[in-house]
Amino acid sequence: MSEAYFPVGPGLGPEENFLSLEDILMSQEKLPGRAEAALPRLAAVLGKAGAGAGQSDSIPEGSKVEIPLWLAKGLYDNKRRILSVELPKIYKEGWRTVFSADANVVDLHKMGPYYYGFGSQLLNFDNPENPEIAQTILQTFIGRFRRIMDDSQNAYNEDTSAVVARLDELERALFRAGQKGLNDFQCWEKGQASQITASSLVQNYRKRKFTDMDG
Amino acid sequence: MFGERAVELVRGLHRAADGHLPAFDEDGARRVLEEMKALYEQNQADVNEAKSGRSDLIPTIKFRHCSLLRNRRCVVAYLYDRLLRIRALRWEYGSVLPNDLRFHMSAEEMEWFNQYKKSLATYMRSLGGGEGLDLTQDMKPPKSLYIEVRCLKDHGEFEIDDGTTILLKKNSQHFLPRWKCEQLIRQGVLEHVLS
Repeated sequence: MSEAYFPVGPGLGPEENFLSLEDILMSQEKLPGRAEAALPRLAAVLGKAGAGAGQSDSIPEGSKVEIPLWLAKGLYDNKRRILSVELPKIYKEGWRTVFSADANVVDLHKMGPYYYGFGSQLLNFDNPENPEIAQTILQTFIGRFRRIMDDSQNAYNEDTSAVVARLDELERALFRAGQKGLNDFQCWEKGQASQITASSLVQNYRKRKFTDMDG
Repeated sequence: MFGERAVELVRGLHRAADGHLPAFDEDGARRVLEEMKALYEQNQADVNEAKSGRSDLIPTIKFRHCSLLRNRRCVVAYLYDRLLRIRALRWEYGSVLPNDLRFHMSAEEMEWFNQYKKSLATYMRSLGGGEGLDLTQDMKPPKSLYIEVRCLKDHGEFEIDDGTTILLKKNSQHFLPRWKCEQLIRQGVLEHVLS
């Protein structure tokens, strides 16, 4: 990891971080919704051209749409109802039972990959199930954290890709932090901590240049 | 769907991990700006219609407005994250960048980098009671004044404090003042050999 580059981190709560690349990608995830008002002149944009008879470019009231989170947040307004939002299936009752049974077996990367961040964002919409969702997210994290910590602290010089593949983005960041700590500690034990090394940016850059030349 | 291109911009940058600086996506940025312009113009037209009685257009206007804000956020975040990466380059490479990296920057970013260099230099000169202090030195606490280094590539002649010049030839080994070669190690010209 580069020592001088600190990216803007995700907000990880009800608020997104405006400048965080991760949060932008997270809020691009889609969720099912329903148009509560007719949306004229937008059918082509939402990929529903010709769906409504007669007014071919209008999204009629009550039609189902898949919209990204940022749009759902922007259009969500109690006074003027334009859209209502439904829960994605992994936050619904059925999956919540799975998570409470054993959160460790779920492949959160396939389900998410922003399970925690996206779930926290869902709490912005006044849904009667909000307390249960929040509780499930929290319990899932608690249930999985121990294993992530163990894995990241004990896999030294091992192939961790199988472990990492099933983690959500937040968990991956934690895992990387744990691995970095482990590696730095091993470095210190071997007396290499005071060695000046080439900047990882430079190393990376050179690697890339070589592969470019091969290709 | 609106905002797809803007997210592509962000995704491309996010994919380049570890602070690597990819080439500035001029084409992508221009297309996002074009989309924003189109959104703005459509909204202007619809707002005028809505004023003259078509209030059913209001949800659509709001929809486009959200997309407009989203595009703005993506572009701003893209530019800002690139600046963070460029700032890191100053600390990792020193004040002179390799040519290939320069080509990855836009003209404005080059300008910003030069200004940043100037600000940092002015600040470092003002430290240490008028003598100046190089903050990029001794990123790790030094244990000795001299260190053993090995050359990883031909670098040419190199002058040290006492005025003698030595030839940095590939695979040659030297015992040099630490502060003189720290930068070269960071740049991957020399390798620090631990005894």
